[in-house]
Amino acid sequence: MSEAQTTAEAHAKKFSGSNSRKFNYFEPKGRRATLYEDVTVDVQPDPERYLLQDWIISWADGKPAYAEEWTKIESSDWHAFRDPNGEWERNHYIRQSSIEKQVALTIESAQQEGVFQNIDKTWRKVIQDHFSASKHAEYGLGMVFLQAQRDGMSQMINNATLVNSSDKLRYAQDITLYLMDLAKDLKELNEDAGKENWLNNPVWQETRRVTESFAAINKDWAEQVFAVNLIFEPLVGELFRSGFIMQFAASHGDYVTPAIVSTAEADYERNLAYSVEMFNTFLSDPIYGDNNKNVTQEWMKKYVPMCVEAANQLQPIWSQPRVKVSTFSDAYNRAKERFNSILGQINIKIPEGVKL
Amino acid sequence: MAMSLSKVKKQRRMSISEAHNRVKNLAWTPSYAQEALKYPTDYKFSKAPKDTMKQVLRSYFNMQEEKDDRVFGAMDAALRGNMFRNAQPRWIEWMKLFLGIIPFPEISAARSMAMLSNVVPNDELKNGYAFQMIDEFRHSTIQMNLKKWYMENYIDPAGFDITQRAFGHCYATTIGRQFGEGFITGDAITAANIYLQIVAETAFTNTLFVAMPSEASANGDYALPTIFLSVQSDESRHINNGYGTLMMVLGEPDNHDLLERDIRYAFWQNHCIVDAAVGSIIEYGTKDRRKDKESYVDLWERWVYDDYYRSYLAPLEKYGLKIHHDDIEAAWNRLTKGKYVHKVAQFFATGWPVNFWRIDPLDEYDFEWFEKKYPGWYKEFGKWWEHYRELSTPGNDPIAFADVGYVYPHRCWSCLVPCVIREDMVVDEVDGQLYTYCSEQCRWTHKVAFSDNYNGRPTPAMGKFSGKRQWEEVYHGWDLADIIKHMGFVRPDGKTLVPQPHLHFDDQKMWTLDDVKGYEFKSPIVTLREMTPEQREKHIEEYHAGFTIH
Ligand SMILES: [Fe+2]
Ligand SMILES: [Fe+2]
Repeated sequence: MSEAQTTAEAHAKKFSGSNSRKFNYFEPKGRRATLYEDVTVDVQPDPERYLLQDWIISWADGKPAYAEEWTKIESSDWHAFRDPNGEWERNHYIRQSSIEKQVALTIESAQQEGVFQNIDKTWRKVIQDHFSASKHAEYGLGMVFLQAQRDGMSQMINNATLVNSSDKLRYAQDITLYLMDLAKDLKELNEDAGKENWLNNPVWQETRRVTESFAAINKDWAEQVFAVNLIFEPLVGELFRSGFIMQFAASHGDYVTPAIVSTAEADYERNLAYSVEMFNTFLSDPIYGDNNKNVTQEWMKKYVPMCVEAANQLQPIWSQPRVKVSTFSDAYNRAKERFNSILGQINIKIPEGVKL
Repeated sequence: MAMSLSKVKKQRRMSISEAHNRVKNLAWTPSYAQEALKYPTDYKFSKAPKDTMKQVLRSYFNMQEEKDDRVFGAMDAALRGNMFRNAQPRWIEWMKLFLGIIPFPEISAARSMAMLSNVVPNDELKNGYAFQMIDEFRHSTIQMNLKKWYMENYIDPAGFDITQRAFGHCYATTIGRQFGEGFITGDAITAANIYLQIVAETAFTNTLFVAMPSEASANGDYALPTIFLSVQSDESRHINNGYGTLMMVLGEPDNHDLLERDIRYAFWQNHCIVDAAVGSIIEYGTKDRRKDKESYVDLWERWVYDDYYRSYLAPLEKYGLKIHHDDIEAAWNRLTKGKYVHKVAQFFATGWPVNFWRIDPLDEYDFEWFEKKYPGWYKEFGKWWEHYRELSTPGNDPIAFADVGYVYPHRCWSCLVPCVIREDMVVDEVDGQLYTYCSEQCRWTHKVAFSDNYNGRPTPAMGKFSGKRQWEEVYHGWDLADIIKHMGFVRPDGKTLVPQPHLHFDDQKMWTLDDVKGYEFKSPIVTLREMTPEQREKHIEEYHAGFTIH
């Protein structure tokens, strides 16, 4: 080692570059780069930025490792989007782990207090048949995002989608584990009924159809984010979670299910936030904004009717609990308002001829 | 609701296997719309694997958060204990290279789980891929954070500050990009199962994530070990995913040709790339020259030869697979007789002006250790490293352009590591174009494995080598100073270089653009292609004969 050098501490010596203590190759969104930006931006390289030699292994058809043509969305800067939730591994695990602890503790406490016995009989059946069926939709969407996170054009896009997948899979598993615990206390509860309903009960078939159709989308990751988070979730997912379960549970002696569902509601607020931010970036693109608007119109023509159909098919569920807390049409009206307000946030309208 | 502490403590423990059995039932067979086959594979799948790992996200998230608590606690403790007061700059400098590369392969591993999940028809394995995806997101971002931490606390942040830009530009990181891109393109099984899980993760993560940490602590760096051992603790999940997936394709005799091809390609390329990078860092980035310390080849013998080849790979033959034993032998010979790692390190040091970290000259302690561990080392490399030390002050020619007898190597078209074992260099034509390879195996990789058929069967899913694969070609005919400027390897004063061939933290002793002006850079492959057949034959003959340092 050089004779003069005695310490490797910062600021021990002054020389050119000795104060250059920030990643200096990207433009932060705000005045200073966030930790999230530092650990995320440009980890997925791009020939448009710093990938000097271009992608060096291609697909058999000659397409590069990340191909713009996989989505109909176009962008003049794929790297402009930043996840407003700023999630990286550290805060991801803290959040997921605290949700899991909270859910586990709630269930545990309910078991200790024996409160499952107090749940109304008609409501038990709703949990067994329908709440349990919904876990398959959540799982299916989690797998859609698991695959979508491969293909986006920036690290920020793909990590946001990855976190979305993690959320959905966690919630689907949470419902599964909850039913397992519930079945220990309520012997008549049939743990297999949820899947049976998901596969065969007419009320769930349109939901299943639309979920499967999201998985059938070939590589258009943006279409998947748009269709799931901006159409399906407000019209179907949230309709069921907040418009039904959250409304009805308490009146049937059930405080545990809402505690679980509320974690999914919080997940959705966050996943909605990144989706809105992402589509605002695409829709306000100085060059491709109009193209992108047309693309989203086409997607709405395809998926809004499917989701409306799925929502309407769920209607009979509202009449199954003993206490009629609210009607399907109240809940659906709120879902429509929610959907319209989301469209307002990204400044687009429902295509003509598409009815809610 | 209220719950007493004693009740919390008496919580029924969740049975993981009970939970896992239910979680795997979340999947169903779609009947309204078939899942799009987004990624190609030429493999067929047979019976479901046994013994997939039983896991649920609830216990996973809690466990990972606890691991993180330990990691971040240790980083704080390292700063409170003034780690950088005693850490070796020689070591930390190489972290600019290592951490410049590794977050991309990590996140690529996350992306590649989409490919496996898409093609492998097994719900338990898909569950496993989801965990691996989240793990890899962890690895990529936790490593970026470590890099930022070095930048904030180490004496010379230059090189860390440009890290992702440097990753895309540097003549050394191109090797790491070949590695990471190998996970995410082409046949989904080739890329994400064989290349990533079966070879990179099962065979080589010990050298990456266990050998590196122990060398780090020997150099006073306590942060890297905490993070990389924590990363390593996730690998058993990935190795399990890999094995389960392999079992699904192994049962199908039609796949055996493809497996032979892919294991051969993956093993050889991992050897070329991982041994080049990790070997150089461990052997040349350290100040620890204790005589009883194991050398890189000792570690390789234990982890790759014994633990992997003898106990994992060779036993696969009982399923009817052809394993290329001669390749394992050849890799071993390259590391020992061929002194592969030493020749790669010499190449990295030759090219110091186009790197983005500092390479410390060796001293007498280094010489002594190398000679003891690798008898004959001094005769072959000692004089060159003495030249390197003498030429490390500005005003000299950069060593690549000085007349010391070294010949700048050709680069291998497959693994992108230069053809440093001169006598092994192979030249061949593919589709009428001339290419250079570091070895026969790498020639085979390009010409035979990465082709649209194998052993007479079409392989339409296999990837293709693409892009401007040879870094040197991009800058053929450029002035060295212009190359460095173009890559952005210049410090904030606009003239001092980021890379330096020494550890002097003193402007007077640091090289600037003026010191590297007037040297024209040549791409060996462009030059080779321009030659007449006679010139070329003579050139190759001379290249094979090697060089003499004077
Ligand atoms: Fe990893
Ligand atoms: Fe090679």
